[in-house]
This record gives sequence, C-alpha cells and structure tokens, in this order.
Amino acid sequence: MNTSHTPAMQLEQVASLAREFKGKKDQLMLVLLKAQKITGHNALPEDVAVVIAEEMGVTKNHIYDFATFYAMFSTEKRGKHVIRVCKSTPCHVNKASNAAHMLEKTLGIKMGETTEDGQFTLEHIECIGVCDRAPAMLVDDEVYGPVTEESIPGILSKYQMQGEEI
Amino acid sequence: MEEVRVLLRNVDRINPVSAVDYMNEGGYEGLKKSLWMSELDIIHEITESTLRGRGGAGFPTGIKLSHAHNARSKNKFVLCNADEGEPGTNKDRILLSKDPNSIFEGMAIAARAIGADKGYIYLRAEYPYIVPILEQALENAREAGCLGDNIFGSEFSFDIEIRPGGGAYVCGEESAMIESMEGKRGEPRFRPPYPTVQGLFQEPTAVFNVETLANIGPIMYRGADWYKTMGTKKSHGTKLYTISGNVRNKGVYEYEVGVNLKDLIYEAGGGIPDGRKLLAVQTGGTAGAIINKHQINMPMDPAYVADSGGSMGAGDVLVIDNTNDIVDILDNVLSFFVHESCGKCTPCREGSMRLYQLASGIIDGTTTSEGMENIRELCETMRLASLCGLGQSVPIPVLSCLDNFREIFDEYIVRNEKNKKIAAGGAK
Amino acid sequence: MVQIVIDGQETEVEVGTTILEAAKKVGVKIPTLCHHPDQAVKANCRICVVEIEGQKLLQPSCSFPVWEGMVVRTNTPKVQRVRSNVLELILAHHAQECLFCSRNGNCELQEVTQDMHFTREVRYTNETRHGKDESSPSVVRDTNKCILCGRCSYVCDKIQSVGALCKEGRGFSTKLSSAYGKDLADSTCTNCGQCIQACPVGALTIHDDTEHVYEAMEAGKHVIAQVAPAVRITIAEALGENPGTVNKGRLVTAMKRVGFDKVFDTDFSADLTIMEEGHELLNRLQNGGTLPMVTSCCPAWIKFCETSFPEELPHLSTCKSPQQMFGALLKTWYPERSGVYPKDIYSVSIMPCTAKKFECVRPEMNSSGYQDVDKVITVQELANMICAAGINFADLPETEFDSPFGLGTGAGEIFGATGGVMEAALRTVYEVVTGEELEDVDFNAVRGFEGIKEASVDLKGIEVKVAIAHGLGNARKLMNAVKAGEADYHFIEVMACPGGCIGGGGNPIKNWKKMEKRLEGVYAEDKKLPIRKSHENPYIQKIYNDFLGEPLGEQSHKLLHTTYIDRSDIFKS
Repeated sequence: MNTSHTPAMQLEQVASLAREFKGKKDQLMLVLLKAQKITGHNALPEDVAVVIAEEMGVTKNHIYDFATFYAMFSTEKRGKHVIRVCKSTPCHVNKASNAAHMLEKTLGIKMGETTEDGQFTLEHIECIGVCDRAPAMLVDDEVYGPVTEESIPGILSKYQMQGEEI
Repeated sequence: MEEVRVLLRNVDRINPVSAVDYMNEGGYEGLKKSLWMSELDIIHEITESTLRGRGGAGFPTGIKLSHAHNARSKNKFVLCNADEGEPGTNKDRILLSKDPNSIFEGMAIAARAIGADKGYIYLRAEYPYIVPILEQALENAREAGCLGDNIFGSEFSFDIEIRPGGGAYVCGEESAMIESMEGKRGEPRFRPPYPTVQGLFQEPTAVFNVETLANIGPIMYRGADWYKTMGTKKSHGTKLYTISGNVRNKGVYEYEVGVNLKDLIYEAGGGIPDGRKLLAVQTGGTAGAIINKHQINMPMDPAYVADSGGSMGAGDVLVIDNTNDIVDILDNVLSFFVHESCGKCTPCREGSMRLYQLASGIIDGTTTSEGMENIRELCETMRLASLCGLGQSVPIPVLSCLDNFREIFDEYIVRNEKNKKIAAGGAK
Repeated sequence: MVQIVIDGQETEVEVGTTILEAAKKVGVKIPTLCHHPDQAVKANCRICVVEIEGQKLLQPSCSFPVWEGMVVRTNTPKVQRVRSNVLELILAHHAQECLFCSRNGNCELQEVTQDMHFTREVRYTNETRHGKDESSPSVVRDTNKCILCGRCSYVCDKIQSVGALCKEGRGFSTKLSSAYGKDLADSTCTNCGQCIQACPVGALTIHDDTEHVYEAMEAGKHVIAQVAPAVRITIAEALGENPGTVNKGRLVTAMKRVGFDKVFDTDFSADLTIMEEGHELLNRLQNGGTLPMVTSCCPAWIKFCETSFPEELPHLSTCKSPQQMFGALLKTWYPERSGVYPKDIYSVSIMPCTAKKFECVRPEMNSSGYQDVDKVITVQELANMICAAGINFADLPETEFDSPFGLGTGAGEIFGATGGVMEAALRTVYEVVTGEELEDVDFNAVRGFEGIKEASVDLKGIEVKVAIAHGLGNARKLMNAVKAGEADYHFIEVMACPGGCIGGGGNPIKNWKKMEKRLEGVYAEDKKLPIRKSHENPYIQKIYNDFLGEPLGEQSHKLLHTTYIDRSDIFKS
C-alpha cells in the first residue's frame, strides 16, 4: 500500500540533493533534514525515502529505522509549519501545559495533529534550550517565548500570512 | 558574589562570526602558543589546569587528551558535543551563537594535542538558527588563517565541519553521538572500547563539551597557574550556570566554580517572583537531584555537591516554586526519560516506562507502599545495569525526590492505601 | 594471558577474552539473551551482568574483556536481584502465551527464566507490541513476543545483506518492523528464515502448514512426499538426537506412520538437476551462452537475485530446483505409472527450507496443469508431526524410500551442503566432457564453510573456473563482481543460507558448532553410497529413456526448466 504521492518536481529536487552525498551514509541526517523541508509537508514519505535510498546507496529500510528514531522526522505528512511546544520541566513549571492547551484550542487540534488546511502540525518537544523564555516553542526554525494567550494569535498569523502569499 | 567573564568575555561585545574581532580581543593566542609547543606539553598544561568536562560527567580533560594522543592511528577526530539536550541547560547555545571562535580555538588546540586534523561539531536539531552563524564563523576563521591548511603559517592543519542532530537527548552521550554521526540510530555503544580508542569511523576520537572547549584557549594563553587562581581548593576555573524555572532573572551566568546554590537562586536569579515560595530545586538538569528548600545552602563544586545531596551536571539550577506539586514534577521528569530513552538496553527502555507508570500511580491512586518499594528496586536495577549514562542516572532525580520530600509522598501513599482498602471493602 | 578470579576460581585466559567466555571455561553459566555465539556482541539485554571488584556498576559479561587480576562475581545476591528485575521487565513486555507458542520448550527466554528460578509474579501490567504479521508464506513475525535483542536484524543485515527487518521508533515503543511498517510479504525478505534461526524466542517462527497436510490426509487424497537431502541430516537432531545423526530409514518409517502414502527421495531429482544443469553448462560453454552460469536450486537466492540483481538474471540456470522438478514429475510421470489421477494427488515436500514454501506457490510452478507441489513442510514441522503422532523416533525400524524414485546417489546426497551442487555437477560434467572415468570423486576445494570458495578444474585441457558462495551477503559480493565484469568464472553455486541447506531456516535452531556436525554427516553419507555420480543413477537413465528423452530436450524444457522475473520494484513501492 503506497499512499504517498510526492510531486515529481520535489522528488527530482530530493534526488539531486541526495546524489551529492552518494555513498556518504554519515551525511544521512543532513540529507533527511533537507529533504523533509523540500517536501513542503515536513515529512519523509515512502516515495521520498525510495529516491534517497537509490541516490545515496543506503537502504529504504535503514532510512526508516533511522528516521523513526529522531524526533525531528516524521514518516507521515505533517503541516506546512510544525509547532513544537516544549514540555520539559523548566517550561513545565512555567505552565507550559497552559500554553499547549491554548494552542490546541486556537488551532482546533490536539497534540500530534495537523490542522485541516494543512498549515500547522502541533507537537510536544523536549527542552529546546531557551529556558529563559519559558514556556517556549519552536515554529519551524524560529523560537518563541514566553508563549502566552496574548502572543499566540500574532505568532500564528505571521505564518498564516506567509501561506496566503504563496 | 561577583560575576566573572572568562568564557562569556566576548558575549555581546564582538561580532560573533568575525575571527578578526575575536583575535582583537586576544583570541587564538592560546592556539598560536600551542603551535610551537609539543603535543605532550599542551596536554601537560591542560592536565595541570585540572580542567574537567563541563557536560555533566566531569571527566578530566587532560586525561582524555592523553588517551586519544596515545591511541595509534593516522586518522583521529576531535568532536564538539553541541547536543545540549539536558533540560534547563542553555549555556552552550550562548557560546555557540555568541562566541563560536572560542570553541573552534579549543577544538584546534585539542586536535593539535592528539594529532587530529579533522573536527566536527554535532549541533542539536533544536538549534537550527545557529547553523548559519557557525557556518559564517567557520568561513571567516578559515579566511583569517585560524583554521584550514597550515594554520597561522605553521605545519598544523585542521578543519571543522558541522553535523546536525535529529532530536534525540541520548545523542548527548558521546558514543550515541558518534553512531548518529555515522548515519545510524543514536544508540550508545557498549564500552570498552572507549571512543578515544575506537570512536568515529572506528578511529580514535576525543569528544568534548562546548564549554570545556571554550576553556582551553584561555588556559593555553594564560596558563594553568592563572586558571587555578579561580574556583575552590579542589575544583578550578569558572562555570556557566543556567538558572531556569520560577525565578525573576532566568539566564546563563558565569561564576567561579563553587558558588553557593542559594546565591545563584536569590542573587543571580533574583529570587522567586510574585510572593510565591520555594518548593524545590533540581540541580544538574533533569538527570540531576531534586532537593528541598532546606538543602539549598550548598557550594556548586563538583567535589562536594554530591555529598550535599545535589548534582553538578552541566551547572543547571531549576527553581520550582510552591504552586507546583512535587509528585507532578517527578511525573514530568519521568515522562522526559520515557520519551528520550533510546530503547537499546532493557533496563532503560522498559524501566523508564515502568517508573513513569508507578509515579503516575502515586497521583492517580494505584501506587501503594509496595509500588514505592518497586520504584526503589527498579532504580537500583537501572543504575547498575543500564548501558549508558542516561539509564544509569534516571534514579538520581527519582530517589532524591522521594527522599527529600518523603512526607509528601508518604501522604499520597497513605491516602492511596486507605482508598484501596475502602474499595476492597466495598467490593465484598 | 591474564590471571583472573571468577566466583573464587582462579583461571588463566587470553587477553581480550570476555568475562562470559572466561566464566564458561571454569564452568560458570551466566544467563544470556541477546548473545549469539555466531554473531557480534550487542550487550543490550543486560541479563548477563556481573560484579567486578572495584567497579561501581555491574558490567555485561558478554562484552566486557578481562584484565590482569580481575576479580569477578557472577552470582552475588545483588547480581541475582538485578538480573531478576531485568528479566521481569522483559517478561512484562512479552506475550504471556508460552503454552501455545511454537517455541514452547525450546525458548531461550524460558530457559533463562527457569535457570534463574524466576517464580514470582510480574509486578507490571503486561504490555504488548502490536502486530502479528502472517503475510509471508515462510516466516511469521510476532512483535508481541519480540524482546528486541537484535539477533534477527543482525543476520538479515550483516550476514544476508537483505535488510528486510528494522527497528521502528525508540524507547519503550521501539518495535521490530520493516521499512514503512510493511508486511514481510511486501518487503525485500527472501524467505530464507535465517531470522527464525537467530530468534531466541517465538517472535520469528516458521509459517506452520501442517494443518493442510492433515486435511489432505483426512480428505482421502493420495498424499505423497519427497524428502530433501538435508532433511535426513537434521530430522534426528530436531527430535532430540545429537547433531549429525543421519538416518533415512527411520525417517521413512516415521513418515509412513504419520500417514504419507508414499515417501520419495529428492536425491533422485537432485541427480536429475545435475543432468539438466550439467548439460546446460556444457551448452553455454560450447555455444557462447551467458557465463558464468549460476545455480538455481535455492529459492531464497532466486528471489534475492530477482530483487537485487534483475539485470543479471540471464546468468541463472533455467533449471528448476530439485523440489520443483520432482513436483512436476509427481503430477505427470508418476500418475502414468501409478494410475492415480493428478487431481487426487497431494504432493508435499519435506524441506530444510522456509523459502521453498514461497517457491511452490510461484505461478510458474504448475507444469502439470496443477500446482506441482501442494505444500512444503519444514524439518521443524515434520518433527512436530512425528511427535504429535506419538512416534518414538529413536526406536523405529528402517524402511526404504518408495520406488520408482527410490534411488539417489551420493551426488544428490551432498546437495544439502554448501559446495555440494557444484561438486555433484563436476562429477558428472567431468565424465561427460572427457569421456573418462573420474577416479577421485572428492572435490575438497569446494567443501567447507569458507564464505566464498574458488576452484579451477581441469577437464583434460579445458579449464573450468568455479566459485561457491553461501549466505546472501557473500552472494552479493560475488554478484557485484559478476556485474562489474570482474569475475571470470564459468560456474557459480549460490546457497542463501550460511552452510547451505543443512543451515536452512526450516531446520532445528543452529549454530556453527552444530553445523560442523551436520556437515560431517553429509559427507559420511555420500561416502557410504554405492553410486556417487548422478549420471550413473539407473533410474535417471530409465526416466530419460522412458519419458524425458534427453537432457535439455523438449519434454525436459517443458517440465524441468523455468523463467524468472524482475522484482526490483519492491524497492520502489
């Protein structure tokens, strides 16, 4: 059962990226991180793994084994933007769970889910190293915090606008 | 209590990506000096300084260098462990983003000492915004002759590459990090063999924490004797402390080793806001000890901190105020380990989850005194039989929390047993 | 050499010896689970931890090397308590269905539990890893029983280079899987069953087909069986006798008592294979055919080649395997002779091999107009049938195989070991080419367990270069050389399982020590037989005269040869 249909153009992009690292298994992390961005939905579906496997000379099996280990990867389609809310103790004592609930409420999804329009995926993450801004979160590569009821709409709208431009 | 600025000397004072700025502040002088020294003399100087690893384990840096130096191979590596994953630790992020040249310099000196010509910085995935800074800084450093072929016109060549992490706490463990850098799951290796003998690509590899590396340049430049003027009788130099949680001034501070925990909380951290009271402090990160308000008068000196019931870790101070429930804190700590155990060895993979279930049971009523005994036994098993430091240290927060907040846990257990009896009676 | 003390016993061992090895030497048994004598050390189960004087933590004895003056204690109360807690954690995440498990009584986890006298209640709720995968005709994967020791994926990756198994996720939710959670049937799995051989528990087991055979017997079918050469080597072992105990007479008796109407010897069709394959090789040599020619007896190898080396398929001999040659004859020639209609025949193969279960359902394998072989039963399954029938295998009288396929030669006999097909072929090819009698039939260069063997045979002026690979990892190496045009061999033998069919996935659980014994059994049996060359088998001569005509002839082509397909799509979907 193959449910992934990544557009041919993106697969081509992934292929040329992976080709650069042919035989360099040690660069798998870099390739997968970049490939995940190319796909536009922050994921490594099977067809993407197939291309990487062929171009880099690693097995699809290995890619799956590898990718399911690291928190940054998903083998299933995620939103265009991934919101990662810290749940580690320094944020936890600064009421990170409230921040998480507010995000769930605002986006109308639960942790681990993706909004219907495919814009956002909401995830928990362990410490992102910005405890001075607790409760903190990452939206894609950007840090936000302290995350409050007031700051959430502004942050989200920044990404929603981006979506409209494209 | 006075803040010192050895490691943070350039923070917010120079352009972090500029090697020239760094050199104008005396940077790369340590490296230059080491270029004309023998490998053994460099190692001797660092050993003399008594510098210990700042990542948590506190292994003597000089000894590690010496092991890697003694390992025979043409290919050796110096790795910078920038997988700062311990919750409540931000110090490496500051150094990486504000003064990366101080890390490059440390790596180059270490490489010179062990005979390596290649280094890698394993940067955690949660710091993606640091990648462009490091890349630019590396390029500028090469251009300025501080890295690359024939550094400062010498025979010595050394270059650094960045390798990204993928979001796994366990990759802060050096052998897991090495596995990850080889394109594999970040599962720790059993040892021996140690990385200094068989590390990255099976070659001798010396792995250092970011902060440790930042110490090496100043030590080489100003000498071990200077370094030893700072700190306590047993532990020298300065230390970066990350203060987090329920305090007014969260952040990273530099003090001499041995500063008092109480001062860190109330002076540097500015105390607890909004009239709330101190409940607990976790020192040394999520894998560190959880202590109560009566225990905070302790020197943050690796030589004594454990005796006082705390842990040094990477110098983390997590302040927890009385709006929190300590049982909930323990639950949160254990959920972290459930999420981050790599799953390779049985005690950690299975034990973390079982501890978490038992701890949750304290709150939701299923854990009784038998369960508490079970927790202690599991802690012993995880500490003694886990494959790496991750599983071995899970018992530290658990047991310290149980011991230092005994009355609170006792209350819960009494309640749970009472309810259980009532339930059993009702069933008849 | 270093001096050490284990549980108070002083001993001297080599530098680099692990504590586990040293303990074994002084008669101390330390429980193990992830440890396998034929594999690299993993040190992940932690059941083998011991106390070392001066060390704060316990250390795994499987990985920890001894040093001069080391003092080890393997059985202190602390060690035993920790081990028992580790075991408890494993048991709590392992399906509690031991009584109904096919590894019941033959399970390393059970053995450890027993040895440690773990009799208390497990304090944790039993958790399950979901997913029992019965998609493969050969292998059943039950993640519920998996203890994540890593032995299966080691053999699948490192030895077989197949990589059909991997881990998924991390921490407590880590589980054994295949890429993108695929079923084994949709993976690169070659059905070799080496994972079954490596599994300490019942997480990877043989797909049990015995029920179908009983049904056919009950339905009054004419149930006939062919028995592969390797089966007589391992069946006694499967029933509790020493490895290397060979006895076909008792085997035939047992099978008759189980309910098989006829029991034939696959050695016969092994001889037939040699006739066809030998002539095919000569044909290729003389007429400029694709060389090197590679043997095609092994279905796991065939699937591997179809999957990973589709462009090299022309190198494969077009000969069917002995099982399928026999299968075709059993529903064509045999009915003519016996008067039983093919539709009433239920043809069963007894094989050391799990991949044969896949081979028999390949759509091409129906030259008789029916599925030529109806079911494949492995040695393990046959042993279960014998046991279930209340037969005391040790005390059976001996019975001959049934005719008309009753006679096999030493050449057929050695098919079960790596190098055996090559040796059998050489015995025949030599005589066909030179027209002279081969005096010394033992080609020692092609025997033994070396991963890749090479030899060159002088056929009176014509030099034939041959190579033999066993284990798919070695086959991959050889085929890469062929692909690169760097292999100037004429003939290559490949067997997917390390050691050949006697190491097949359908046999009792093995290790190299047992394999040595099995190998001795193979060559001892060969030596015992009066005829040791396939072409001298009078029944072979007869079947060509009566039915097939000549090797590579029209009838042979129809019944004894086959085609292959490109399966490289498996990597793309």
